[in-house]
Amino acid sequence: MTDQLEQATDQKPRRAAPWEYAPAPEAKDIVTIRPRYGLFIGGRFVEPRSGRYFETVSPSTEQRLAQVAEAGKEDVDAAVKAARQAWEERWRNLPGRERAKYLYRIARALQDRSREFAVLESMDGGKPIKESRDVDLPLAAAHFFYYAGWADKLDYAFPGRVARPLGVAGQVIPWNFPLLMAAWKLAPALACGNTAVLKPAETTPLTALLLAQVIQEVDLPPGVVNIVTGAGETGAALVAHPGVDKVAFTGSTEVGKVIRRVVAGTGKRLTLELGGKAANIVFDDAPLDQAVEGVVNGIYFNQGHVCCAGSRLFVQESVFELLLEKLKERLQTLRVGDPLDKNTDVGAINSREQLEKIEELVGSGIEEGAEIYQPECVLPERGFWFRPTLFTGVSQSHRIAREEIFGPVLSILTFRTPDEALEKANNTPYGLSAGVWTEKGSRILWMTQRLRAGVVWANTFNRFDPSSPFGGYKESGFGREGGLHGLEPYLDFDRANGRRR
Amino acid sequence: MATSSTEIERSGAVPPGALGFTATQAAGLVARTAAVDAVGLEERAASLAKRSIKREAKLWALDLAIRCMDLTTLEGADTAGKVVAVCAKAVRPDPTDPSIPSVGAVCIYPLLVPVAAGQLKGTTVRVASVAGGFPAGLAPLEERLGEIREAVRSGADEVDIVLNRSAFLSGRYRQAFEEIAASREACGDAHLKTILEVGELGSYDQVRRASVLAMAAGSDFIKTSTGKLSTGATLPAALCMMEAARDFHHETGRRVGVKVAGGIRQSKQAIQYLVLLYETLGPDWMGPDLFRIGASTLLNDVLMQIAKERTGRYQGPDYFTVD
Amino acid sequence: MTPERLDVRKTYKLFVGGAFPRSESGRSYPIHDGKGQVLARAARASRKDLREAVRAARAAWRGWSEATASNRGQILYRVAELMEGRADQFAHELAGQGTRRPEREVTAAIDRWVWYAGWSDKVHHVVGTVNPVAGPYFDFTFPEPTGVVGLVAPEQPALLGLVSRLAPIIVSGNTAVVVASEGTPLPAITLAEVLATSDVPGGVVNVLTGHKKELVPWLAGHMDVNAIDLTGVPDHLVPEVEATAAENVKRTIRDGSPDFFSEAAQSPYAVSAFMEMKTVWHPMGA
Repeated sequence: MTDQLEQATDQKPRRAAPWEYAPAPEAKDIVTIRPRYGLFIGGRFVEPRSGRYFETVSPSTEQRLAQVAEAGKEDVDAAVKAARQAWEERWRNLPGRERAKYLYRIARALQDRSREFAVLESMDGGKPIKESRDVDLPLAAAHFFYYAGWADKLDYAFPGRVARPLGVAGQVIPWNFPLLMAAWKLAPALACGNTAVLKPAETTPLTALLLAQVIQEVDLPPGVVNIVTGAGETGAALVAHPGVDKVAFTGSTEVGKVIRRVVAGTGKRLTLELGGKAANIVFDDAPLDQAVEGVVNGIYFNQGHVCCAGSRLFVQESVFELLLEKLKERLQTLRVGDPLDKNTDVGAINSREQLEKIEELVGSGIEEGAEIYQPECVLPERGFWFRPTLFTGVSQSHRIAREEIFGPVLSILTFRTPDEALEKANNTPYGLSAGVWTEKGSRILWMTQRLRAGVVWANTFNRFDPSSPFGGYKESGFGREGGLHGLEPYLDFDRANGRRR
Repeated sequence: MATSSTEIERSGAVPPGALGFTATQAAGLVARTAAVDAVGLEERAASLAKRSIKREAKLWALDLAIRCMDLTTLEGADTAGKVVAVCAKAVRPDPTDPSIPSVGAVCIYPLLVPVAAGQLKGTTVRVASVAGGFPAGLAPLEERLGEIREAVRSGADEVDIVLNRSAFLSGRYRQAFEEIAASREACGDAHLKTILEVGELGSYDQVRRASVLAMAAGSDFIKTSTGKLSTGATLPAALCMMEAARDFHHETGRRVGVKVAGGIRQSKQAIQYLVLLYETLGPDWMGPDLFRIGASTLLNDVLMQIAKERTGRYQGPDYFTVD
Repeated sequence: MTPERLDVRKTYKLFVGGAFPRSESGRSYPIHDGKGQVLARAARASRKDLREAVRAARAAWRGWSEATASNRGQILYRVAELMEGRADQFAHELAGQGTRRPEREVTAAIDRWVWYAGWSDKVHHVVGTVNPVAGPYFDFTFPEPTGVVGLVAPEQPALLGLVSRLAPIIVSGNTAVVVASEGTPLPAITLAEVLATSDVPGGVVNVLTGHKKELVPWLAGHMDVNAIDLTGVPDHLVPEVEATAAENVKRTIRDGSPDFFSEAAQSPYAVSAFMEMKTVWHPMGA
């Protein structure tokens, strides 16, 4: 180093000051939460025959938000019957263009009330308002808008095939994107002429129940959409109900396998969108600063409660230290806290149960010898929180490199050659998504062809669109949601084409 | 990572102001600069621009924006009278409110430097002069260097020159580098700001390369734009430059400032650039030594916003002086 | 008088990894002709044979799935060419096992190979998409072979049923482990001989003969089998097989039972049913 350089190094900024962003909370008064919610069956909110209610809690404050009905077997039965009746008497006979108009109405209503939905979603689920506002809500509305347009164009979707609706769809959705998952499920089901019984997750039922109010307001025929709240037993009753023609599930691989067994031999159509352990692969010629953003977005988006989260980072050894330094620096700028603050990047963990699961797996990472890094940040006293975390010194055999953590925890591994990256990336029972970062177009295509995953993001990560099919290979499930391919699970070709099922 | 300057052997003979990089090394550095993905960069900039800066944080930022401002007049019609008025505004932006700080500098053409130097003597406001064949930078090199020396001799504390885009875009990196290094030398003790003119570079890869080149050649600041094109500063281009400055600091230990200029007229924009700065380069860069906003009409908008924050009323232009 | 010539009888073995081994269990079972006479003995594969077949199928997968679509199409067409040359043999064998109008079945099976061969480089046009996402991204979806597929062949028609299910599985680049028609397994082995002498790489198709009840649960439970075609699984076994398949979230395809002789029995969607849809995103920026 030259003297000149040392001088330069010595130069001290005249004034260095931290800049505390003042709290910028989104107003809560836009939302009205009822003290108690019934089940949405046959177009009305009804008391549960089970007589049971459970509480939904805000994970950021641990405050009780509302009492929500727990649907028992009889309630599920009533919902399926309402769906069946609506299908037979009304919905399946409605011309596609009229079904389309209902879906367009729902899309528009979601846009009209988007802020209300976004605030409620962040209150009930803990995700940052900037995500519910800028991702969940626009995408949910876009899904209805996209599939609305298919309702009267199904004859053009599958050349050489006659498509008919299946009947009643039983749909069980998770807590990570409560409204968006409802949209992913309901929009294609309804567009294809099916009716639905939807079971939201027990920790995040409120936006689905607000959606029920929207469904009333747009005059959707009673029974076309029914919403039964509850926990695992409610979901089990739904998927096992003989009146259900099609089961769609998004959630853990463990539960997905249980559902597969329940549905076995019944002839019910089934799609599963399950867990993942996505590899995000960074080559040394990658656009590194954007790769850092992609890695951060890949694993800390929605607190890592994302089935396609880029939870395994594979970095080419020649660029490992530089990338790690950039990543650690970037982690320090993540703002963790109040989900309703517009500047919050990482919100609350969805439930105490999930927090404990994350803590357990992180503990195993430390025990197995991986090195943990967490940025300094002050966490709120109440609520469920976990610092954005990364692990280095991880090997393929560590639990944190194999098991889905479903939290803001990144495991970093290294590789030397494209073949090695590929082999390690594919070395998992999951196959939902993957990321590749390189400037070399030829290598991107080589990698994307060989990665055993349903979605490959090249030089980007965690992008979603209603026109883009999403779903997994291997134990990440089967069937696709979104796009043209998202119609297929909701159509009956066999019956229409004269085959016996 | 391409800017692995640590692997480059430093030459024994150190050209003044050039941090020990030879032109050949700098050209190599530019060629190996990390790629930039345009979409990812723009998304990051857009996401930072959505930060919601309220109340105290906003007042703090507005105060900082003034302190970091290069109050600029670069018109062919500029006169001594105009410059006197600008200097008065620069020192006391709001005559009715002594709590409003002076701006960082006044930025003018070289021939008006003596006027500004006289007006600003004894104040904290510095004199900045464009020079070096501004805005195209295509005058003969000796003329450009002479102009820089003349500006400094007549009292400029800071000199804003332009990157030779003609040389840079045709791949003559050595020449572009040597011209900046020579300009650095011509500046003497004055600070050198090198304008990349991002609107003419065509891609963020080029913005990043030009940043690396200008920093390696010894610039104290890298600056987005001349303000003479329809495309001035943009958030993603500024972010790209800030990332280059951050990495340059990591590798060489040297802090290079960033100046955004061209089309920044509203407080909201100024705050967005400050957010970019804060979340990319951190608190060390949050001051006039390492950050500047070049603008002519921004100041009054900032004053109106401060008044709005303090009074709770939206303001009208008649209550703020036009200079 | 010349002495009477003894005919040389064929030994029906398994087809695994391009070779024709006997069952490691040393077992076989009798195959009867239409009149109840023993016509031949077929190997009775064990679960270890099945394990070897899966291993061979997995080993062959990479090469076969990375062959060009055009190449796979030509290879399947070659299978049809070779079958045509041995049409009489197939017909004789089918007749021997009591199949009526065997020629019709053989020609239909040959035509089915030809039909599916053509789909190798066309199914992508039908089920692939370019997705107009709302943002600066190029986004497209294309089908890829799912991996190793287990095929439980229909009992009847033994040859045409097998070909109708096998061709759409392998044309896209999957490799297959076939459990042949239990009652009429001989055409499957003769087909294997055709495959062995065509340009289908060893291990792409593996044929097991034996008892379905014994083999299918192992196939359904195998953790390295990605999908299973249940067309030939007896109805009463389906619930158990589908439940077992849950273990590694196997795709289970249970096509309706069409008339295999009709055109309804062939579809590009039978090809895509054993393919995964992969969606790729890339930013578009200068």
